[in-house]
Amino acid sequence: MTARNRELLNLFVVGLLTACGFASVYLASQDIPEFSTTSLSYAGFFLALFLAAHLVVRYALPLADPYLLPIAGLLTATGLTMIYRIEPGQAFRQGVWVVGGVALFAAVILLLRDHRRLDPLKYTCGVAAIALLALPALPIIGHTVNGARLWIQVGPVNLQPGEFAKVLLVVFLAGYLRDNRELLSMGFGRVGIPSPKHFGPLLLIWGVAMLVLFQSNDLGGGLLLFSIFLAMLYIATGRWPYIAVGLVLFAAGSYVLYHLRDHIANRIAIWLDPWQDPYDAGFQLVQSIYAIAGGGLFGQGLGRGVLLSDSGEPYIPFLETDFIYSAITNELGLAGGAAVVLLYLVFAYRGFRIAMLADDGFSKLLAAGLTATLAIQAFIIVGGVTGLIPLTGITLPFVSYGGSSVIANFLLVGLLLIVSDHVNRSADR
Amino acid sequence: MNAQIRRLFFVFAALFVGVIGIGTYWLWRAPDLEARQGNPNLVVRQLTIKRGLVLASDGRTILAQNRKRKVQGRTWFLRRYPNRGLAAQAVGYSTIERSRTGLEESLNDYLTGSNANLSTLVDRVENKLRGLTQEGNDVVTTLDAGAQRVAMQALAGRCGSVVALEPESGRVLVLASTPTYDPNLIERSFRRATQVAAPCSPASPLLNRATQGPVFIPGSTFKIVTAAAALDSRRWSPSSTFEDPGYCIEYGKKVFNYADQAGPHVYGTVDFSEAVENSINSVFCDLGKAIGVRRLLDFTKRFGFYEDPPLETPGEERSPSGLYSKGKLFDPKDPNQVDPGRFAFGQERLLVTPLQMAMVAAAVANGGVLMEPHVVDRIVSPDGDVVTRTRPDEIRRVMRAETAAALTPMMVRVVEGGTGTAAQISGVDVAGKTGTAETGRANENDTGFIAFAPADEPAIAIAVFLQNQDGTGGSTAGPIAKTVLETLLRRTT
Repeated sequence: MTARNRELLNLFVVGLLTACGFASVYLASQDIPEFSTTSLSYAGFFLALFLAAHLVVRYALPLADPYLLPIAGLLTATGLTMIYRIEPGQAFRQGVWVVGGVALFAAVILLLRDHRRLDPLKYTCGVAAIALLALPALPIIGHTVNGARLWIQVGPVNLQPGEFAKVLLVVFLAGYLRDNRELLSMGFGRVGIPSPKHFGPLLLIWGVAMLVLFQSNDLGGGLLLFSIFLAMLYIATGRWPYIAVGLVLFAAGSYVLYHLRDHIANRIAIWLDPWQDPYDAGFQLVQSIYAIAGGGLFGQGLGRGVLLSDSGEPYIPFLETDFIYSAITNELGLAGGAAVVLLYLVFAYRGFRIAMLADDGFSKLLAAGLTATLAIQAFIIVGGVTGLIPLTGITLPFVSYGGSSVIANFLLVGLLLIVSDHVNRSADR
Repeated sequence: MNAQIRRLFFVFAALFVGVIGIGTYWLWRAPDLEARQGNPNLVVRQLTIKRGLVLASDGRTILAQNRKRKVQGRTWFLRRYPNRGLAAQAVGYSTIERSRTGLEESLNDYLTGSNANLSTLVDRVENKLRGLTQEGNDVVTTLDAGAQRVAMQALAGRCGSVVALEPESGRVLVLASTPTYDPNLIERSFRRATQVAAPCSPASPLLNRATQGPVFIPGSTFKIVTAAAALDSRRWSPSSTFEDPGYCIEYGKKVFNYADQAGPHVYGTVDFSEAVENSINSVFCDLGKAIGVRRLLDFTKRFGFYEDPPLETPGEERSPSGLYSKGKLFDPKDPNQVDPGRFAFGQERLLVTPLQMAMVAAAVANGGVLMEPHVVDRIVSPDGDVVTRTRPDEIRRVMRAETAAALTPMMVRVVEGGTGTAAQISGVDVAGKTGTAETGRANENDTGFIAFAPADEPAIAIAVFLQNQDGTGGSTAGPIAKTVLETLLRRTT
């Protein structure tokens, strides 16, 4: 079976699951269960959209990995179903964002064609990433939502430029680390620490991550950026000490912020003991844990979970964004939650496989960096809402409600598929 | 670089396994987490159980039922109380936002079908396997809907309570407390439900005045306890004579009899029956001094004082009767801490629940044997099988049968020609005792009346207590006891 036929088959399975999911939520919401074709319209729309994406890939990237797009599709469908279950109106908006994401996905594949064309643009990408991160700090367009200054308003739409910055940052790091990896690898133990000339840009990134954290109050975003950086640095150099020093620097930076912003101190205190203040500071985490525990092994059933009060208010604030994983676990159980986590792990496996098969440093670092970005982001939020690590608000890729996140992650998958096609092409030759 | 990528993958794999691991940990802790306040999972699980009905003794009058509502893909059973405030404090409420009270709380396991009786267990497993709604058991109370309604109407506009029970079995027929509240409003507006106008402060409509507080001063109704102690000791008989100068002397000071515009009453030479009939304080004052605090206290305990009165309602909704000091139950180690004279005629620092005083009347009515009061007659499974049925249970013999037999005619004289004439029922001998306790505020007496009838073959014992009354126990509580007794006697004959 060719890669594309395999992808098509996978997408049909995803489409079937989506139809079951929507039908289940729809039936549960009816007073008298009655089947209706409108419940299938979301699934039909969804399948059509991903078939379009599939045709673009079939035309432009015939040898690309056949699993990444279906995984992205299944995660998107899971997210849409849950958002539809929590707040049907928002599911429509999210659907529009998914259309935008697939459009950008197609545009990148058709227009960029070869990811190596990004190599000469690496510094442009780096500067653009910093510019995007700085945008919300600007007056007028920048604004604060829930204590984090992460948003800009362009006309009628709110955007989170940080979501796009992470992709640009990976492009910059892939190019920069490929150029400097040998010099950076020499440090520690052999010739002493690398010269500031080579280390400088890395310290700059650390500084930027800290600044983002401090300026925007976005602990999750700062942690993500810095973790991407450390992961790629490790892949490029193979030196654990970088990771160690990096973690010490991050901890030191966080420690200083710990004292400057009680916001962060609170997060850590809540993580250590969520029940010290279960009705106020610890409310979200405690309710999230109740939702996860209440799901049992196989969940309360899609559309039948204990998520909303009788007046329709979610028991957990930000249920459809930060806490969507808790909602999934309540309705689909530990089994459903584990399935979602495994999807990210399979995604990481396929992404890293592309990187390992690539024969040039830039492709390797780009594929590995993009894959790591998605996996780290998923872990930060899933680990946060389950109480494994301190809770920092960030979207669950493809699943959470949020336009910028969906669009940026489709961009990420598009780039990854371009690399994959390229890698498999050269392997064929 | 491939080695690093491979290692990084294993790091991610470990982190994701950690996520699944902590998910498993929370699942393992789920039973403990479910019991925590503020966990909506437990609340919703309870709401999806078809809760049993709470019924009056006729098995038809519904005190609590369900209203179905489809919420978030599930059928929720929300509570409705069609008779609203009729027996609100006894039945209690079960809501989403607030905790439960009354029988709704104490019988929650039965009402939700979570009790461990074999038949219920079998039903529950079967329902679960067949995906059916879990159904609870119905509770049939001993409350007489008609008499309860009469009592509530008679109490309307006052702060008080009526308790009526069967002396022979302990079946509680009336458990009324005012001001009452509408339990249907608790969910929607707790403030609106509990802010009621009443001639007492605080109005506390949620307080079950029949069993809780205690809020009432027994006054002269307590003289039945003193008289029982005196007669049971064989040192006194109904014909023992006393000299009443209008007062008794305690700690060198005069304690006067009940006074009206003409001043304190003075009766001269009286026998024990006349002292009870006219409720002469000075006689009981002297009796108290002669019996002694120690023995009188011991006798109250035989009636059930100093213990939560037994009933199926939650323990925190029942309070012991007895001496109270600074808001706490006071069981003096040293008898000298208590004034024996005032104790004997029901003043001192005595506070009682109407249920306890109904138990006093019932013990006399039942030949000196105190039966355990109960308000639940039976619990019935959804299929109609009786899960449990309450059998009459004796607490103890409080006094000799001869003591009870001697006390009864003395109490009959109270109603025939003494302070309790307002409770007379034509064709039926009523044995009773009035109480009028001065609270220290003008025209704000705590009044009470305890009785049983018919005197020769007692079917009903009753206690009526009122707060802040402008009048005596005979004139305020007596007529209420009369109407409730009439209703109940019509029912039994």
